[in-house]
Amino acid sequence: MKLDSKIPSGPIESKWSNHKFDLKLVNPANKRKYTVIVVGTGLAGAAAAASLAELGYKVLCFTYHDSPRRAHSIAAQGGINAAKNYQNDGDSVHRLFYDTIKGGDFRAREANVHRLAEVSLNIIDQCVAQGVPFAREYSGYLSNRSFGGAQVSRTFYARGQTGQQLLIGAYSALSKMVGSGAVKLFTRKEMMDLVLVNGHARGIVTRDLATGKIESFAADAVCLATGGYSNVFYLSTNAMACNVTAAFRAYKKGAGFANPCYTQIHPTCIPVSGDHQSKLTLMSESLRNDGRIWVPKKQGDNRPPSQIPEDERDYYLERKYPSFGNLSPRDIASRSAKEACDDGRGVGPGGRGVYLDFADAISRLGEKAISARYGNLFDMYQQITGENPYKVPMRIYPAPHYTMGGLWVDYNLMSTIPGLHVLGEANFSDHGANRLGASALMQGLADGYFVIPYTIGGYLAEAKQSAVNTDMTEFKLAVKQTEEQIAKLISIKGKRSPTSFHRELGLLMWDKCGMARNEQGLKQAIDKIPAIREEFWQNVNVLGDAANVNQSLELAGRVADFLEFGEMMCHDALHRNESCGGHFREEYQTEDGEAKRNDDEFAYAGVWEYTGLGKKPNLHKEPLVFENVKLATRSYK
Amino acid sequence: MNLTLHIWRQENTTAEGRFSTYRVEEISPDMSFLEMLDVLNERLINKGEVPVEFEHDCREGICGTCSLMINGVPHGPEKGTTTCQLHMRKFKDGDEITIEPWRAKAFPVLKDLVVDRSAFDRIIQKGGYISANTGNAPDGNAIPIPKPDADWAFEAAACIGCGACVAACKNASASLFVAAKVTHLGLLPQGQPERYLRVTAMVEQMDQEGFGSCTNTYDCEGACPKQISVRNIARMNRDYLKAKIMGN
Repeated sequence: MKLDSKIPSGPIESKWSNHKFDLKLVNPANKRKYTVIVVGTGLAGAAAAASLAELGYKVLCFTYHDSPRRAHSIAAQGGINAAKNYQNDGDSVHRLFYDTIKGGDFRAREANVHRLAEVSLNIIDQCVAQGVPFAREYSGYLSNRSFGGAQVSRTFYARGQTGQQLLIGAYSALSKMVGSGAVKLFTRKEMMDLVLVNGHARGIVTRDLATGKIESFAADAVCLATGGYSNVFYLSTNAMACNVTAAFRAYKKGAGFANPCYTQIHPTCIPVSGDHQSKLTLMSESLRNDGRIWVPKKQGDNRPPSQIPEDERDYYLERKYPSFGNLSPRDIASRSAKEACDDGRGVGPGGRGVYLDFADAISRLGEKAISARYGNLFDMYQQITGENPYKVPMRIYPAPHYTMGGLWVDYNLMSTIPGLHVLGEANFSDHGANRLGASALMQGLADGYFVIPYTIGGYLAEAKQSAVNTDMTEFKLAVKQTEEQIAKLISIKGKRSPTSFHRELGLLMWDKCGMARNEQGLKQAIDKIPAIREEFWQNVNVLGDAANVNQSLELAGRVADFLEFGEMMCHDALHRNESCGGHFREEYQTEDGEAKRNDDEFAYAGVWEYTGLGKKPNLHKEPLVFENVKLATRSYK
Repeated sequence: MNLTLHIWRQENTTAEGRFSTYRVEEISPDMSFLEMLDVLNERLINKGEVPVEFEHDCREGICGTCSLMINGVPHGPEKGTTTCQLHMRKFKDGDEITIEPWRAKAFPVLKDLVVDRSAFDRIIQKGGYISANTGNAPDGNAIPIPKPDADWAFEAAACIGCGACVAACKNASASLFVAAKVTHLGLLPQGQPERYLRVTAMVEQMDQEGFGSCTNTYDCEGACPKQISVRNIARMNRDYLKAKIMGN
C-alpha cells in the first residue's frame, strides 16, 4: 500500500487555489459521459450528489433510508463554524485553521485543514442562498455563538436544529437535481460491497431493504459519504442504523483505514437510565455557553443539587481550565467528567453523571432568553428524563459521538483505491485526534460542495479507464458473494438475537477501548472479539425471510462487520503508545492527568491494510509535517 | 408495568393485515415507546417468532423516521412529540395499547408498521427548493432578512417530514407538509424568484400522489410533533390562488 498524500507544494495559503488550477478539467460536453456513484445522503453525500449533477455528471445516489432527508447529519444540533469574522472579534481563516489543528491535538494534515478553513466562508453563503434559516439579529444580519475550543464567536446556527436545516438545504439541492433527472436516486438500498475492475473502483453491490433484491451498479468513480462508526460501542449518540459496513467493505477490498482509534466521546449527553437503553441522546455543546458544569466537592454527597451550597460545589472545568472554562474542548471536558465520577463525586443513579446548571444564566438573562436559545433542547431533556431543567440542573455524562478516524484519503479525497473517494465523517482527514464542536457540519459540506466537484474531475480526466457494465465477472462475483452472506445469516437459526451480540461487543469496546484505554485491556479485547465473532456465526438468530423488509437481517450484517472492525480499532489503540485528543492511554499522561503526546514517534496517521479475517492488519504510516503551526502541548488553562 | 399491545401485522403491501395481541411485562417507565417495542421484539426473537417491523432511526425526535399510530393518535398521546420521544411513564400499568401504521392511500404499507412515504420526496423534487447551484451564492450577510420573517421561516422549516399530518387527517391531506415548505421558502427573499412556480408545482404533485384536500379540521396541527401551524396552509392557498390568477 502506497500512501501519497498529494499535498500541493507552495505556501499553505495558496495550495488550494494553485491545486484547483493544476487539476485537469473535464470539458462540459464530456461530463455527461461520466457516471459517479454517491453512497450516503447526509451533508457530504447530498451536497456532492447535487453539486456533481449541477456540473453535468450523471449521478447515481444511494441511501438505505426511506428518504435522503433522514441521514444522521440531521441530528447535529449546535452549529457550523465559518471564519467570517462578522463579529469583528479577531477571527480569520488562519485562526480557524490554527484552532482546528490545535483542537485535533496535532494529528491532522495541515493542508487539508487550511483548505477547510478557506471554504468555510463559501459554505455559509451557499446555505443562505438555499434558504437555510440561520439565526438572525434584529438588523437582519446573521447571528453567531461560541463553541468549545475557540475564543471567537464563529458558529452559525439555527436554534438547536442546525444539522436539520443544513441537511434540508442539501436535500433540497439534491431533490432539484433528482427532479431534473440528473441524479437517479435509490432509496432503501444499502451498499453491501465495492466492485473493483483493474484495481479501480467501478461500482457497488446493493441490497434493496424492501424487496431483498441484490443488484450491482457500474460507474466511473465511487464516492462514499457513509458516516462514522460510533455504533461499534452499541450505545452512542448515532442513529440506530449508522454503521461501518460500506467503509469496512471498501477496506476489505484494499482501501487503507486511518486512525480508527480516534473516537470522540461527547461530554454532554443524557446519562444511561437502565439496561433497556437503546441509544444515548446528546445535549448540544452550545449549552456550555451558558451552563456551568459542577459536581459536589464531597464524595457520595446525595443531597439534591439545590441544597448543596455554592462553596461545596466543584466547578471543575472553571477551576482546572480558567481561560476556556466550560468551553474546554470535548476530549478534555469528557475526561474531566469521568475523573470526577471515578472519584466518587458523580451524581444521579449509579453516580455516572455531572450537573450542567443554568441557574446563573437564568437569573442573569431570564428564563425567556434561555428558552429562546435552547428551548427545544430543554424540552427534549424533560421528555427523556421527566425532570425540568429550568428548575433542576441537567445531569449529563459523556457518550461516544463522532469518529475522527476513517478511510484514508489523499488531498483529493481519494482513498488508496483509485476512483474511490471518501467524504465527510467517513474519511479521516481534517480533525486529527479530536474534532472541535461545529466542525463536522463544516467538513461534510466542504467536502461535498467545494472539494469533490473539483478533485473528481482531475481523477476522471486522468484515469482514462475503459467502459464497464454489470454483466462483467467482477460484478457478478461480488453479487454472488453478497447473496451467499445473506443466505448464511438467515440459515444459522441460532439462539441469540443480533442485538445481543451488538450489545456484548459494544460493552467490551466501551470498557476496553472507550474514554480511557490501557495495554492490558486492549489485549484482552483483541483476545475476546474473535470469540464473540465466532459465536455470532454459529449462534445468531435471524428470523423472517430475506425477500422482504427484515430489520434483524440488516442489523445482523452490520454487526458482523463491527465484529471485525472492533478488532482493528483495538490494534490501532494498542499500537499508539501515546495519548492524543480522543485517544487516551492511561500509561501516557502528565502528572496532572493530561494527555501526553509523543511527537517523536507518533506524529503520523496510522493506516491499516486488510490482510485477511482474524489476521493482524498491516500498519502503514503517513508522516504529518507541521510547517505552519508549531507543535506544542495543548493548553486550555 | 405490564401492558397488552394490539399491533398491526401485515406481511407485505398486497397481503391482508390483522391485529395480533402481545403481552409485555416489566416495562420500566423510563423506557421510550420504541425501547418498549425493542423489548417485545427481543422476546419474540427468543421465542422464535418473527419480530414486528417498525421504522425508527435517530431516536432523538428529529429524523422523522418513526411513525406509529398509537391508540388512534399519530405519535401517541403527548403533544408536540415524536414516537421515539414518547416515554412509558405516560402510560399506566395494565394499559391496552393499539399500534397501527400511518393509514393513507399515498403511504402504502410495506410490512407491519412500515409505510412508504416517498410521495413526500416526489413533492419536494417538483419545487421544494431554491435553485442556487453550488458556487452561485453572494455573501451571507448581503441578504439581510427581517427577524420576524426569518423566525417564521424557521418555524415552518422545522417540519421533519414524518407524515403525522397525513395520518391525522380524515382526508389524508398533505397540505400541512406542503404548506410548511412553501412558507419556509416563500417568506425568504432568496425564495421569491421561484415562489409562484414552486407552489403550483408542489400542490399539483400533492394531488397526483393521491393525497386528499384540506377541509380545515386542523387535526394536522394537533398531531404535528413540531407543532407547525395551520396558518401556513392559509398562506399556501393564497400563494396558489395568486399563482393561478397570474397564470403560473
